[in-house]
Amino acid sequence: MARIMEKKQLSGEVFMIRVHAPLIAQERKAGQFVILQVEPIFGERIPLTIADADPAAGTITLVFQTVGKTTHALAELNEGQDIPHLCGPLGRPTHIEKFGLVVCVGGGIGVAPLHPIAKALKHAGNRLSVIMGARSANLLIFEKEMSALADEIIVCTDDGSRGRKALVTEPLKELCVRPQKPDLVVAIGPPIMMKFCSETTRPFGIPTVVSLNTIMIDGTGMCGGCRVTVGGRTKFVCVDGPEFDGHQVDFDNMMKRLAAYRNHENTAHEKCHLEKELRALRETGAEKT
Amino acid sequence: MNAERELDAPHSTPEQLGKSAKALLARLEPLHASLTPKERLAIPVQEMPSQDPISRRHNMDEVALGYTPEQARVEAMRCLRCKSAPCVKGCPVRIRIPDFVASTAEGNFADAIKIIRENSLLPAVCGRVCPQEIQCQKECTVGKSLKSVDKAVMIGRLERFVADWERENGLQKPPLVKPETGKKVAVVGSGPAGITCAADVRREGHAVTIFEAFHKTGGVMVYGIPEFRLPKRIVENEIGILESMGVTITTDFVVGRTRSLADLMQKDGFHAVFVGSGAGLPKFMNIEGENLVGVFSANEYLTRSNLMRAYDAENADTPIMRARKVAVLGGGNVAMDAARTAVRLGAQEVHLVYRRTEAEMPARVEEVRHAKEEGVIFHILQNAKRLIGDASGHVTAIECLRYELGDPDESGRRRPVEIPGSEFVMPVDAVIVAIGNESNPLISHTTPGLITNRHGNIVTDETGKTSIEGVYAGGDIVLGSATVILAMGQGRRAAAAINQRLAC
Repeated sequence: MARIMEKKQLSGEVFMIRVHAPLIAQERKAGQFVILQVEPIFGERIPLTIADADPAAGTITLVFQTVGKTTHALAELNEGQDIPHLCGPLGRPTHIEKFGLVVCVGGGIGVAPLHPIAKALKHAGNRLSVIMGARSANLLIFEKEMSALADEIIVCTDDGSRGRKALVTEPLKELCVRPQKPDLVVAIGPPIMMKFCSETTRPFGIPTVVSLNTIMIDGTGMCGGCRVTVGGRTKFVCVDGPEFDGHQVDFDNMMKRLAAYRNHENTAHEKCHLEKELRALRETGAEKT
Repeated sequence: MNAERELDAPHSTPEQLGKSAKALLARLEPLHASLTPKERLAIPVQEMPSQDPISRRHNMDEVALGYTPEQARVEAMRCLRCKSAPCVKGCPVRIRIPDFVASTAEGNFADAIKIIRENSLLPAVCGRVCPQEIQCQKECTVGKSLKSVDKAVMIGRLERFVADWERENGLQKPPLVKPETGKKVAVVGSGPAGITCAADVRREGHAVTIFEAFHKTGGVMVYGIPEFRLPKRIVENEIGILESMGVTITTDFVVGRTRSLADLMQKDGFHAVFVGSGAGLPKFMNIEGENLVGVFSANEYLTRSNLMRAYDAENADTPIMRARKVAVLGGGNVAMDAARTAVRLGAQEVHLVYRRTEAEMPARVEEVRHAKEEGVIFHILQNAKRLIGDASGHVTAIECLRYELGDPDESGRRRPVEIPGSEFVMPVDAVIVAIGNESNPLISHTTPGLITNRHGNIVTDETGKTSIEGVYAGGDIVLGSATVILAMGQGRRAAAAINQRLAC
């Protein structure tokens, strides 16, 4: 059981919660994730990457977007309420060392899991260039936190409502052709973004790390639901990852596997919205009568 | 052969079986003490009452319904009470089988269960899922005299009967716990190995905490073995006994990640640790197309259905693919569980593909029979060569190869040899791979100094002691893929070693 200490709505469907989980706060390292369950009996287990931790306060920070039933249920919980099941930290931590110049690329809520990695890389003495992107300005998260870490930051949006009107791959390519080539690129975001970031850096031979968020059940290496093809071999995201060499990942297969239950998820998502609207209607109706 | 013969026999209803046992018991009871071995051998094997094969395809309820008291007594009267008791040698936990069977025959079920409980913590579970036909019943003189292990005294069914009788009559008592010793033991995993170890260590008065990674306790008994073979309430009841003994259970706790094994001992003051973390990483065949959508490990398929209750689509949030034509690759109990689950989830056709013959199948005869009764179609001497998908990445077919049996391999079973050019295509929309597990790497990767073998299994001595002082291990993490009873045996052995260590 883990109590929600703080909750913020970052944008329409993106929330940040700070959760009391002292053991996880103490043990977690950049790149690791948790598995949580909101409804104890019939609920599903979902993985979320840890965005930050405060071992002294015993809390971890999670950022999530409401995309299905569990994330909606999680968004319904308020400060002072408990998440019935929270387990972690899981996955292998990010390999951190002094590489030199590192470019961190974050897309959408992918900036949240990127944040602790950027922090650890900075701490290890790397120069950091940060590229962060979103569909529009209101969906940009952690801009302040990332600016504080970055030696250089490039913000872009698909609609140009903030920063450059571009996809993240455009500035990424520009950084790759500079005289001082990046020593490492870390890209976290939607699979399609990670795929094209990897394709962008491939011709330059720049090592590119991506963090995969596949469908998982147990998260401890038991079910194999999270498996991906990396360099022609099957890997388990939960115990071999979540980070892999982006140049080796078969993103197309991964995206198809991610979509395996899309209909189910979409139905659940729509149902959540409809139920919410219905509730609101009932409440206003009740007020009127 | 025998399975097929039984398959042809009409299904007897529980009422019919109960009625004929009642009549038989009335006849046998006055003679019981004086029955000759020949007369005992003439008593028919009592068939296990079961749900009708047609209706059970549409529900998750337990298939085997358990003996009536009369059936149990009649079955127990078949026992010859051999002095040498070969059945006991076949039991991994050495239950005094002839004694509990004799009490059952007399109708003294309370004594019977008391005798079993001297050696087994989980009789209701073992009576259901132990492979008795290769253990106690294999050695049974009755079966040997009648030249068929299927005619041995049905020890497992009797064990189940008296365990259920005890529970249903509210007669379960937690084992006695000695005064607190002030020593602390951590048990990693709440499967059969872990809970057996926990109970035995707790009995000696040591404080025990079980750390379970999942949100529910029971390990493979809740995520793997389906409801129709082992109802969850049976497992919950057994866990309840542990709690009433004062064992602390902490769920959502991954030893090696939430806390390192070293920290448990050095910082949290545990004097000993037992690692029973179970099976890990499902094996795949490393063939083309194995990561297509619609291809699952049996672990994933069963975990979705069992642990996450996806079979209950109305209530469960976790989805499971409702495929029309399912192929299960493998011939073990897990393959049967997966195939029978697919039947219940509404598949029109379930095909079980196995590269040897039925004689070499590691699954229990009973599971094979139940699968066939439920309409699972068996394809022996065939194996998948590659999986074929469509443009959207969904599996649509398996390309199979035919096999023949060659010379015996190191397991003593005849080696399947592929027949070149025998390829053919089997259209499917889901494939479940049930060919076993590798070891779980979580604890070994995060515990320096813990020695594992080349398969990643933790290496122990005969007492369960690992390469680290105070750390013991047992169950699938040591054995690879084994059974509930073997895991229990290992948990028990390690508990004895831990108790001995903590006594000084």
